Amino acid sequence: MLSNRHIMTMDDLIADEVTLILDTAESLAEVNQRRIKKVPTLRGRTIVNLFFEPSTRTRTSFEIAAKRLSADGINFTASASATAKGETLRDTARTLAAMSCDLVVVRHKYAGAPQMLAEVMDCSVINGGDGIHQHPTQALLDLYTMRQSLGRLEGLRVGIVGDVCHSRVAGSLVPALRMMGATPVIIGPPTLMPARPDVLGAEVCYDLDEALPTLDVAYLLRVQFERAARMPFPSNREYAMLYGMNADRLAAMPSHAIVMHPGPMNRGVEISADVADSPRSVILGQVESGVAVRMAAMYLLLGGAESGAAA
Amino acid sequence: MGYRVKAEVMDAQSMDRALTRIAHEILEANKGATGIALAGIMTRGVDLADRLAERIERIEGTAVPVGSLDISFYRDDVAIRLSPEVHTTDIPFPVEEHTIVLVDDVLYTGRTIRAAMDALMDYGRPGSIKLAVLVDRGHRELPIRADFVGKNVPTARRERVKVLLAEHDDRDAVVILEDDGEGE
Repeated sequence: MLSNRHIMTMDDLIADEVTLILDTAESLAEVNQRRIKKVPTLRGRTIVNLFFEPSTRTRTSFEIAAKRLSADGINFTASASATAKGETLRDTARTLAAMSCDLVVVRHKYAGAPQMLAEVMDCSVINGGDGIHQHPTQALLDLYTMRQSLGRLEGLRVGIVGDVCHSRVAGSLVPALRMMGATPVIIGPPTLMPARPDVLGAEVCYDLDEALPTLDVAYLLRVQFERAARMPFPSNREYAMLYGMNADRLAAMPSHAIVMHPGPMNRGVEISADVADSPRSVILGQVESGVAVRMAAMYLLLGGAESGAAA
Repeated sequence: MGYRVKAEVMDAQSMDRALTRIAHEILEANKGATGIALAGIMTRGVDLADRLAERIERIEGTAVPVGSLDISFYRDDVAIRLSPEVHTTDIPFPVEEHTIVLVDDVLYTGRTIRAAMDALMDYGRPGSIKLAVLVDRGHRELPIRADFVGKNVPTARRERVKVLLAEHDDRDAVVILEDDGEGE
């Protein structure tokens, strides 16, 4: 049972709760291997996926997670909804609340939108990514994947490479790694670093090749061309030469080190195709973990909820 | 709230004898070890299932498969309370071809067994399901009974029955605990 009824940012969780989510996810991963991939745990609960930004993997992952726990999942996408007719976020939230749902997963292009929803709704809210702020379930599934692949989190050095300033993935992963005793290192060109990289609490490095031999994980971020105001580097080729993961760079890492990417990948920009498809890449493992971790988050948020925190 | 030991109803020796008897009864009912699989309910039921399997092998010379069931995701009170710890279910045999003996430490309301049967059914259609428990303490809330019982222990609802196993605790024993009246 979690102390908070929402998962908005990594600040809503403490280390023990993160471990509980990862352990629960490990048990739920077994359900995903069965012939009948379903348990009756959240029968009769309603989970709404409220997506104001395009998403395939996150929305599908939440949808599958809800179905495997026997909850009723409803997809609400901005283009098909009243938002296109001018309804405000607050009114959309109130409308959904009136239909009494138990959990809302929200993705929005503005940071803080999930908090606003939680204020006007009476149900649990999971942040499925808000602007360039946070994406906590992505960080949780990344921790799960690292723990599965490397056997531990404590003491790992994780290089988060590339477009840190536009990345909500980094926004959640940096505090998540610190919470679990790992060391995040943010690596990228100055034009893709946050204005004050020091406040994140990560080590800062501008030279990927210098950092590689010390890393247990190379976590490559997608260059978010759609969020950048203007081209942050002269060419894709130059970016790939300086910050792209390729076979030579993989060889410079310790032999146990793994390569991760939150997807979708720009092949040939932040990651070369041969590395993406190599056995050292756990990118598809991340997608697989996503379902189990989101099931765990739903189970722990909705289970036990009726008796309140006292139980 | 604290509990104190009111009585010890089984010691290591009587537990050992009861398990040996249950192993014999399972073999007698099934006419041998063929087609039997044991499914222990987390956590102590799994240890008891391992002990039964070891006895069955000693008696009959045939190894029987043992699985473990975690019923956290099948409980009927998920909305009210969560299991403190969730373990991974592992059923390493095809349930279709087997007589599955569910093994648990204490049979009380029967709700755990209902959940365990549902969990098992999600792996396939078992040939049949039987139930073996070390202690039956009564107070059933569902129409469920055990096929093999180590000991019937009449209890009051306010009491708790605790099975101690050397795998987790310092010794083998079954004790009845009662509220020490000191409150929270």
